[in-house]
Amino acid sequence: MSTPSPDNAANINKLARGLIYIALILFAIYYLLPLYVMVVNSVKPLSEIREGNMLSLPSVLTFEPWFTAWSTAQIGVQATGLKPYFMNSILMVVPAVAISTLLGALNGFVLTKWRFRGDNLVFGLMLLACFIPFQIALIPAARILGLLGIAGTTQGLVLIHVVYGLGFTTLFFRNYYAAFPTELVKAAQIDGASFFQIFRRILLPSSGPIIVVTVIWQFTNIWNDFLFGASFGDFDSQPMTVALNNLVSSSSGVKEYNVHFAGAILAALPTLVVYVVSGRYFVRGLMAGAVKG
Amino acid sequence: MLTRNRLQDAVPRLVLAPSFAAILLFVYGFILYTGFLSLTDSKMLPSYGFVGLENYRKLWALPHWWRALTNLGIFGSLYIIICSVLGLFLAILLDQKIRAEGFLRPIYLYPMALSFIVTGTAWKWFLDPGIGLQNTMHLWGWESFTFTWIKDRNLAIYCVVIAAVWQSSGFVMAMFLAGLRGVDNEIIKAAQIDGASTMTIYRRIIIPLMRPVFLSAFVVLAHLAIKSYDLVVALTGGGPGQATELPATFMYSYTFTRNSMGIGASSAIIMLVMIFSIIIPYLYSELRGGPRA
Repeated sequence: MSTPSPDNAANINKLARGLIYIALILFAIYYLLPLYVMVVNSVKPLSEIREGNMLSLPSVLTFEPWFTAWSTAQIGVQATGLKPYFMNSILMVVPAVAISTLLGALNGFVLTKWRFRGDNLVFGLMLLACFIPFQIALIPAARILGLLGIAGTTQGLVLIHVVYGLGFTTLFFRNYYAAFPTELVKAAQIDGASFFQIFRRILLPSSGPIIVVTVIWQFTNIWNDFLFGASFGDFDSQPMTVALNNLVSSSSGVKEYNVHFAGAILAALPTLVVYVVSGRYFVRGLMAGAVKG
Repeated sequence: MLTRNRLQDAVPRLVLAPSFAAILLFVYGFILYTGFLSLTDSKMLPSYGFVGLENYRKLWALPHWWRALTNLGIFGSLYIIICSVLGLFLAILLDQKIRAEGFLRPIYLYPMALSFIVTGTAWKWFLDPGIGLQNTMHLWGWESFTFTWIKDRNLAIYCVVIAAVWQSSGFVMAMFLAGLRGVDNEIIKAAQIDGASTMTIYRRIIIPLMRPVFLSAFVVLAHLAIKSYDLVVALTGGGPGQATELPATFMYSYTFTRNSMGIGASSAIIMLVMIFSIIIPYLYSELRGGPRA
C-alpha cells in the first residue's frame, strides 16, 4: 500500500464534506417534517387525510379547514372558532409585554447604576424567581386573583405574566446596562439631571437591541403559555393555546384533523412570524436566558 | 435642599420596590403558602387543619406519584442526553465552514419559537398509527411496519421524548455553536502543526473546552424537563392510563380534579426542591464572579 497521494486526500476530503452536507440536509428535513405535515394536511379535505398519505400533497386544495378553525369550530361548549381566543391572546400579550419590559429596563438601570447595599441579594432573589415551577404558584395565585376581583379576566393574566416575567426582563437589562459607561450617568447627575431624565435621555436611546431581545422573549413566552391560561382564564380571557388544546382534545364527534392542523398553525403563526422577521434577536434572547451572570 | 436630595436618593429604590415586592409576594410568599398548605388537610379548597407531614407520607405511598417520578427520570435523562449529543453534533457539523449555514440554522431552531401545545398537536397526529407515520409506511408498501408507541403503555413516554427533543435540540445546537465560535483559533492551529487529526482536536481540545456550555445546557434542559406540562397535555394527556404522567401533570390533577389539594401542594414542593437543588448551585457559581456584560 502506498501512502495516500494528495489527489486521494482531496477525494477523501470531498467525500467527508459530502457526508456532512447529507447529514445536515437530513436533519433539516427532520425539523421541517412536522411543519410540512401541518401545512399540507390543513388544506386537504378530511376524507383525503383518512384514506390517503399524510406526506402527500393535497389532490384537492381546500381552505375550508382554515375558515372552520378560525370562525366556526367547536371550542369547549361554544362553536366560535379560534377567533375570539386569538383576540384574547393579543389583549393579554400586548400590555403584559409592554409593562414587564418597561419595569425590567427601570430595574436593570437601578441595579447597575444606582447600587445600594443588598442589591445583589435583591437581584439574586429576582433571578431565582425565573426558574420556579409554576405549580408552586397555582393555588395561591388563584386566591389572590379572586381577592383582587380579577379572577378569570385578561387583567388577571396580565398581572401574572408581568410578575413572572420580571425576573427575565430585569436580568436582560441589568446585563446590558452593566456595560454602559457609568461616567455618563455620573456626569448627568452632576449636571442636575434626575433619575428619570437620565433614564429617558441617556439610557433609553441606546437600549434598542436589548429592548428588541426582551420584547421578543416576553412575547414568545407569554403567547405560548398554556398553564396560566388554562388555570386562570375563562371564555373572555382564555388564550389561543388553551383554545387549541380544547379544539384538538374535544372527544365529541369526528376528529377533524385538517381543522386541528389549521388551528395549530394559526396558534403558531404570530411567534413564527416574529422568529422569521427577527431570528437573530430571538437567538440572542435565548442565549441570554441560558447563560447568566 | 437636603430633603430634596434625600428624596432624590430614594427614587431608584422606590422604582425597584414594586417589582421586588411583587416577586417577594408572588414567588416567595406563594412558596411559603403552598408549603403551608402541604401540611394541612386541604381538599377541594384550602383549609387550615394542621396534619404535619401526613400529605408527604401519602404522596410517597402513591403508585401514581412513583409513576410520575419514574417517567420524569426516563424522560428527563433521555431528553437531556439526546438534546446535548444531537446539539453538539449539529453544531460541529455546522462549524465546518458550511456555505448554507445561514439557511440551515434557522430551520434547526424554529421549533423553539412554537408553543408546546402546537408541537404536541403536530406530533400527536404524526405518531398516530391510524393516520400518521405507520399509515404512510403502509401506503408506501411497507406493510409490516408498525409504530404504535403512542398507544403503548410502556413506550408512550418515549414519544414525549421524541417531540421534546425535536423542539429543544436546535436551541442546544445554537448554544454549542456559540461556544465553538468562541474557541481560540491559536490553540487549534498549534495542535494542527503538531500533527493532530481533526478528530483528535475535537476530542481532546475543543469538546473539553465546551464544559461550561454542557453545564448551561444541562441546567436549562433539566429545569425545562421538571417543569414539562404543556407538551404532555397536548400530546398524550398523561395517557394511555398514567403512562406519560409527570410530576407537573400529577400536581395539576391532584389539586384541581381529584380534590386533594394537600397532596397536590406537597408534590409542588418536591418539584421546587428538585429545581432549586439544580439551579441554586449554578446561579451561585455564575454570580460569584460579579456581573459580566
